[in-house]
Amino acid sequence: MLRHLIALIAGSFFGAGLFVSGMTDTTKVQGWLDVFGNWDPTLAFVMGGAMIPMALAWLVRARRQTSLIGTPLPPKPSTKIDKNLIIGSVMFGMGWGLVGLCPGPSIASLTYGGAGLYAFLAAMITGMVVAPFVRSRLDRLVPAE
Amino acid sequence: MPIDWIWGLIGGLLIGTGGAIYLLGNGKIMGASGIIGGLVDGSGRDTALERILFLLGVAVLPVILMPFYRSVDTHLTDNYYALIAAGLLVGVGTRIANGCTSGHGVCGMSRLSIRGIVATCCYILAGGIGVIIFRHILGVI
Repeated sequence: MLRHLIALIAGSFFGAGLFVSGMTDTTKVQGWLDVFGNWDPTLAFVMGGAMIPMALAWLVRARRQTSLIGTPLPPKPSTKIDKNLIIGSVMFGMGWGLVGLCPGPSIASLTYGGAGLYAFLAAMITGMVVAPFVRSRLDRLVPAE
Repeated sequence: MPIDWIWGLIGGLLIGTGGAIYLLGNGKIMGASGIIGGLVDGSGRDTALERILFLLGVAVLPVILMPFYRSVDTHLTDNYYALIAAGLLVGVGTRIANGCTSGHGVCGMSRLSIRGIVATCCYILAGGIGVIIFRHILGVI
């Protein structure tokens, strides 16, 4: 029960933040990526702002054994830089630049994104379903050392 | 405009607070692509309700805040080829890379995770190059 309430509250903060920061406006996202056009620095402020409470939370995490609901906290991050991380991130970035949407804002604008958003979401979900096949294809193409 | 930057900062603080609540409350990293992906591919079946409620919060809060705004527009392109290509790239890419702007960007970089930093550099660079190609060279967006 508490777990579900926490998820709803966390999601609400996330959704409110994406909305008031203007991150569901694709021109602001593409404006930030467009360094040779009319550059819009808003996204840097959003990222910077988000880092502050999150960095504090990681400091608190270091002093704790479990989460509030008693589940284990995330372990130390992996340091493995593999081809999946690079190739996946480059693919994601291309899609992000192309229309100015990433997964969070695509959900935040669910009620006002119109038909185009549904097309994007359908394609994104399809992409997520086929991702394991693409990954195994990639593993065969470029075997890990 | 500076007022947009201030709202960006306020929004960012809210996003980070959401991530902090999710981390310290449930012990999870707040990554949108992971939360959606686990529902889509069935890998998060055990935590389906937690994921759905998180996404419900994300989708509903803008509706509650909307009356306070004169106009809200996503300015999303109506080029369906671009939308579908972008959706596929975002869906496949974030799952292969195991994270997106929230997981690798906000949560990863704030703990100085090398994977988070490398991923963020890659998608920002690719996004920037994408905008140059699609907007300034091909003129499709």
